[in-house]
Amino acid sequence: MVNAADTVFVLFATTLVMLMTPGLAFFYGGMVRRKNILSVLMQCFILLCLLSIQWFLFGYSLSFAPGKGFWGGLSWFGLNGVGLEPYADYAGTIPHQAFMIFQAMFAIITPALIIGAFAERMKFSAFLVFTLLWATFVYDPLCHWVWGAGGWLKSLGVLDFAGGIVVHASAGIAALVTTIMIGKRKNLEHTPAPHNLPLVVLGTGLLWFGWFGFNAGSALAANGLAVSTFVVTNAAAASAGLTWAILEWIRNGKPTVFGIVTGSIAGLATITPASGFVTVNSALIIGMLASILCFIGVAVIKPKFGYDDSLDAFGVHGIGGIFGTLATGLFASRAVNAAGADGLFLGNPKQFLIQLFGVSVAVGYTLIVTFIIYKFVDIFFGMRVKEKEELIGLDLTQHRERAYTILE
Amino acid sequence: MKLIIAIIQPHKLEEVKEELYKADVNLITVSEVLGHGRQMGVTEIYRGAKETGNLLRKIRLEIAVNENFVEPTIKAITKGAKTGETGDGKIFILDLKECIRIRTEEKGSVAIG
Repeated sequence: MVNAADTVFVLFATTLVMLMTPGLAFFYGGMVRRKNILSVLMQCFILLCLLSIQWFLFGYSLSFAPGKGFWGGLSWFGLNGVGLEPYADYAGTIPHQAFMIFQAMFAIITPALIIGAFAERMKFSAFLVFTLLWATFVYDPLCHWVWGAGGWLKSLGVLDFAGGIVVHASAGIAALVTTIMIGKRKNLEHTPAPHNLPLVVLGTGLLWFGWFGFNAGSALAANGLAVSTFVVTNAAAASAGLTWAILEWIRNGKPTVFGIVTGSIAGLATITPASGFVTVNSALIIGMLASILCFIGVAVIKPKFGYDDSLDAFGVHGIGGIFGTLATGLFASRAVNAAGADGLFLGNPKQFLIQLFGVSVAVGYTLIVTFIIYKFVDIFFGMRVKEKEELIGLDLTQHRERAYTILE
Repeated sequence: MKLIIAIIQPHKLEEVKEELYKADVNLITVSEVLGHGRQMGVTEIYRGAKETGNLLRKIRLEIAVNENFVEPTIKAITKGAKTGETGDGKIFILDLKECIRIRTEEKGSVAIG
């Protein structure tokens, strides 16, 4: 039976999640040098177009068509059989297509998250081929394993409410692989300052706003669980943002705008898998720990190993997604969500081990397949722009446009 | 006294600044300019309309120095900005008639440093 309130709620959540991709574009776009902002906006925006179509044609089928195999197969190719009646295995009170379009927005933003790792130096044509292959061979199978009917990690009891494994850990690990494989940006003896921090803040605002749809929408019904998830999401973002500011205050003498927004995003990414399973108090702790861990990732580990994760896609989403998935195994409570499980702190250490196994499998799979896809595209297309093009900037050399004029 | 004007690649600014500090040249004014010389710019296209006259971003340095600092300054700029490719930029040297430090109203070479 289609429930009108649930349907409105999920469609509304879908629009919120859709807005996260342009939000991410501004979040990332403000961080790059001004000669490259359009390239980041373009990469994000074209994924809205490209992956929407991939999803309609075969992505949704590969991810969610029922099956016990590697992925869902092609029985729902071109949305064949995906109609307006509810599909009870996923959401019993909304039209199947509402669930499909909600999930489409996740499939779009996940590859977009990786952009932060190779920003300012990837060739646009190679980028398109790489993300299309990555969405198909990494995102779609992982999505099926964790969320699809018959998915093997789902059957094992892995909990991932809104995408800690499927979205953030997978994108974060892919970010680490691509940033190492593509190499550092040229002429970076000096880390460039973000060219427009207000845009980064605007992007963060849109992301935080959209994240309510991402997490609360994953309840797939306008019910108490959705409200609890909504509140938990806000708590984690607040706690993490505040923690990052305090960390900077102690370590560097001043809290920064860039720091507090980075912390908020780290909190949001981290709470994602746990958001439908934990209490508000747990969320406050998870948010705090998320900022501490991601702060270490960005400010200590990255400089130590010297990889050039331009916009900290791994440092924030990778670390946050992995930690959030493990934290779900620690803090989950059946009192919050009867369909979930109790975590370690409620006397169920097994759930923690299941989470650890689930995230390890996803990390391993993503590492290997991202490596293969990268190599493949690099051989046939060449991943990196020429040095001269990199110096002039991707906006002019890849798109023949510039974002800002000096003269009229 | 000379006024040295240099046009350099934007990404070379940090290196040039470092070389200038090493040469004890601390008085520097930087502005952002557009231009091209032999290195032509990139054609831009907006909704299908091609825009020519394409200028690239450059950095313009202005440095006022006493005679004994002219050579070290030129060397520092060249060392920091040179890649050997077209587009590296130019250095212009002009005679400087007078220099006045506003705070003390001192004039001439004492006012430069």
